[in-house]
Amino acid sequence: MVIQTIGLRKTFVSKGRGGKKEVEAVKGIDLTVRKGEIYGFLGPNGAGKSTTQKMLSTLLCPTGGEAKVLGYDLARQQEQIRQNVGCVSQAGGADLSSTGVENLVLQAQLYGLDTLTAKKYAAEFVERFQMGTFITRPAQTYSGGQKRRLDIALGMIHHPKLLLLDEPTTGLDPQSRAYLWGEIKKLKDVGVTVFLTTQYMDEADKLCDTIAIIDNGKIIVTGTPSELKSSVGGDTIVFSFQTEETARKAETLLTEKVPKGKVQAKNSSVHLTIEDGETMMPDLLRSLDAKSVEAQGVTLSRPSLDDVFLKYTGRSLREDQIK
Amino acid sequence: MTLLRDTKLMFIRNMQHTIRTPVFVFVSMFQPLMYLLLFMPLLNGLQGAPGIPAGQAVQVFIPGLLVLQALFGTAFVGFSLIDDIRSGVIERFLVTPVKRPAILLGRVLRDAVVLLLQCILITLVAIPFGLSVNIYGFLLSLLLYALIGITMASISYGFALIYKVEDALAPTLNTITLPISLLSGIILPLALAPLWLQDLSKVNPFSYAVDATRSLFAGNFQSLGILEGFIIIGVLAALVFFWGVRSLKKMAS
Ligand SMILES: Nc1ncnc2c1ncn2[C@@H]1O[C@H](COP(=O)(O)OP(=O)(O)OP(=O)(O)O)[C@@H](O)[C@H]1O
Ligand SMILES: [Mg+2]
Repeated sequence: MVIQTIGLRKTFVSKGRGGKKEVEAVKGIDLTVRKGEIYGFLGPNGAGKSTTQKMLSTLLCPTGGEAKVLGYDLARQQEQIRQNVGCVSQAGGADLSSTGVENLVLQAQLYGLDTLTAKKYAAEFVERFQMGTFITRPAQTYSGGQKRRLDIALGMIHHPKLLLLDEPTTGLDPQSRAYLWGEIKKLKDVGVTVFLTTQYMDEADKLCDTIAIIDNGKIIVTGTPSELKSSVGGDTIVFSFQTEETARKAETLLTEKVPKGKVQAKNSSVHLTIEDGETMMPDLLRSLDAKSVEAQGVTLSRPSLDDVFLKYTGRSLREDQIK
Repeated sequence: MTLLRDTKLMFIRNMQHTIRTPVFVFVSMFQPLMYLLLFMPLLNGLQGAPGIPAGQAVQVFIPGLLVLQALFGTAFVGFSLIDDIRSGVIERFLVTPVKRPAILLGRVLRDAVVLLLQCILITLVAIPFGLSVNIYGFLLSLLLYALIGITMASISYGFALIYKVEDALAPTLNTITLPISLLSGIILPLALAPLWLQDLSKVNPFSYAVDATRSLFAGNFQSLGILEGFIIIGVLAALVFFWGVRSLKKMAS
């Protein structure tokens, strides 16, 4: 296991007016991250994603529980963890008045690399992250996406065995996002493990091997994207008809046809929840036609991680983001 | 030694920042130069008063002025650290294996170098005004100023790490520097002061530094005050530096 935590917990105590206030940011989480996987930590604002990432990177001291990172004890072997882990915080951390190259070279040197190697690695990342056009300018002149690319390169410059990324693609345009996903996937080939936090369901879905959904400081559910989605139930097919009457006729027919599915008429449409909606659909349409119950439109929707989130928390992740 | 190597890396990084905007090195010399040009002439009228032997006003005033520069020139360096905290640079350093004291040591050493440059320039400007310096005494004085600068810079960084925002930092630093400078006989010798004020100044470690540097400028090496000044300021510098490092470590908690 690359990361293993038992009951990891962080309670912040902030002294303000009216005495001490406690914030239970992370309420005892158990994580198991395997070597070489991309592990996604998905959750809304304030869920405790950054707090967890900071504990794993030795930046915050847990107030409870235990953790092993790369086999080292988080409480006692911080130096070894720091040497072998790469970390990119949510806010970045590039030195804005220095150039990108200066940032990269210093970062590599701080990991103990000699100047020559540091420069070589810096050049390698400039190439890899396509930063050649701006990297010799002071970082304060970069666009948001350019700065984010530099932040991420800074976390990877020393070729760590484990990479902790806090919302790596927030603020990137779709093209840079896709490119970065590609780079992260490539890390798997060289055996690097990636732990990333995200608020984006599509990111968790397309990029991650394992997803843990965190809400309110607790892990609600863990699994592969497809495991999670099938835990919500099957696909949903929505047939729409001209009149409510036709819809009710269709409801009866479909209930006979697929006893395993869940069929429900709503106004002039019928919702059918079923395991393998895609393969069933043509057949269902044909049998409706045979009884001259003509559907005007059909849509098939597969469960999304949002449905997963909705099922386990009773809230929608998307709504949460809009607020 | 990794501490040495890390300190060197941090020192170079901070020096690069200073060199990028060299004008600030000179801006903070404006105040002492104003004292030199617009205040020192007043002292000529006080010649013969206690602590100001006839014809020696400049001799008494310049060493004190350099201590003033050491105090005020470095007292506000904490603001640059707040910038680095806010942009996440310090957190980024803290997750690397870099030795924690090196992060602060690289900064206070940069501050000391900048301060010494300023002190040398001020002294050069003062020579036409009749200042005579014992060169060995002057070099030793520079060491003393560096220690004072390291002390003030460490205090400044320590509070910056505790507050993490500018608003609270400036009033705190002013509250510290003002009594320190008034109670160390920098502008006028404390020999002029009433007894209770002289007694009060004895609890101010920096007053010993001012005495020490005046003796050094005069080449009066037998004075016991010199050793006293070095020991007191040296111990103080070490104490506040480690307090600063503790604040830095606490940031990650
Ligand atoms: N230093 C702190 N002192 C007090 N409370 C804190 C501190 N840092 C974080 N919190 C609180 O802990 C909770 C979790 O914060 P955290 O930053 O881990 O959330 P997050 O999942 O990263 O959210 P986001 O998606 O907005 O980045 C929040 O309620 C936050 O206000
Ligand atoms: Mg966060």
